[in-house]
Amino acid sequence: MAVRRIFPHPLLSFVLWIIWLLLNNTMAMGHVVLGGLLAVIIPWTTSSFWPEKTVLKHPWLLIKYIFVVLYEIMVANIVVTKLILGRSSKLNPGFFHYELQLESPVGIGLLANTISLTPGTVSCDLSEDKRSLLIHSLHIDDVAAIKADIHRKFERPLKDIFVSC
Amino acid sequence: MVEWILALLILLGAFFTLVGSIGLLKLPDFYMRLHGPTKASTLGVGAILIASALHFSRNAEGVSLHEILITLFLFITAPVSAHLMAKAAIHIKVKQVDRTRQPDSK
Amino acid sequence: MLDTVIAIAFFLVSVALVLSFIRLVIGPEVADRILALDTLYINSIALLILLGIHLNSALYFEAALLIAVMGFIGTLALSKYLMRGDIME
Repeated sequence: MAVRRIFPHPLLSFVLWIIWLLLNNTMAMGHVVLGGLLAVIIPWTTSSFWPEKTVLKHPWLLIKYIFVVLYEIMVANIVVTKLILGRSSKLNPGFFHYELQLESPVGIGLLANTISLTPGTVSCDLSEDKRSLLIHSLHIDDVAAIKADIHRKFERPLKDIFVSC
Repeated sequence: MVEWILALLILLGAFFTLVGSIGLLKLPDFYMRLHGPTKASTLGVGAILIASALHFSRNAEGVSLHEILITLFLFITAPVSAHLMAKAAIHIKVKQVDRTRQPDSK
Repeated sequence: MLDTVIAIAFFLVSVALVLSFIRLVIGPEVADRILALDTLYINSIALLILLGIHLNSALYFEAALLIAVMGFIGTLALSKYLMRGDIME
């Protein structure tokens, strides 16, 4: 468990190291070492802030998910651009509840962020019992279709990534 | 060749940024206005930042990737601030357009 | 060619800035003004990065990063204030 003591959050360490290198915009040896030191010290000193451990079962699925989301953002932007430049009196905005099947807090957070980033939808509120999201949509033709879309594109992959932990 | 891609990215970015602000000005109520800036502007600025990374990688020695950092930061923070603004607006009961569909009561 | 493109982009982003500024002034509700401020800072990041490309200087990157961080914190603080202010009544 010695490795666990030094790296309480391996992923956080890795991300910190990358961000340090990006921030300095260099691959010089000095910064590689200094970034490595910071990547060990920061998670170590702040480990008491993150009591629950999030386990990533399938990192490669997460990478695939990121690309799917990027593609969806492109498509969403073209759709939203058309909606914005068209006649705004034709739009049917509205709120709806989306019943969540995800349970892990990180998963719900990621899903809410994804929904806010893609096709004309913004997540507005999470219910007290963490079972449903309130979503506002710029244009609603068919609520069931939007819900099915969100479930198929985003929630199911996220459920695979964050298996109950 | 690279110059064409650069020009395309810059124009695309500026166009989406403008669309976001047009949405902000012309849509009828707050919840609808929320959609313009959070999406269009994020992608618009994202495209301009990628163009900048390309431009500096082409001119200086070595690659320049720190623009990715701002892009990443914007993509993570934009939904969070949109969510909080929507939550605040619902809390203080900002007016909605009459035809807004109401959520089914649970 | 790049100079022409950047000039056009400058114009488009400046128009975007003016449009968000109009919303900031007229915006009927406080929430609208917060949203307009949010858009303003994102647009100003775009303008700064364009200036950086135009002048071929990487100096503006730090300024853009600072605006991104400060703008985000500002939006969060203002929204939180809207929510909390009501509870305090």
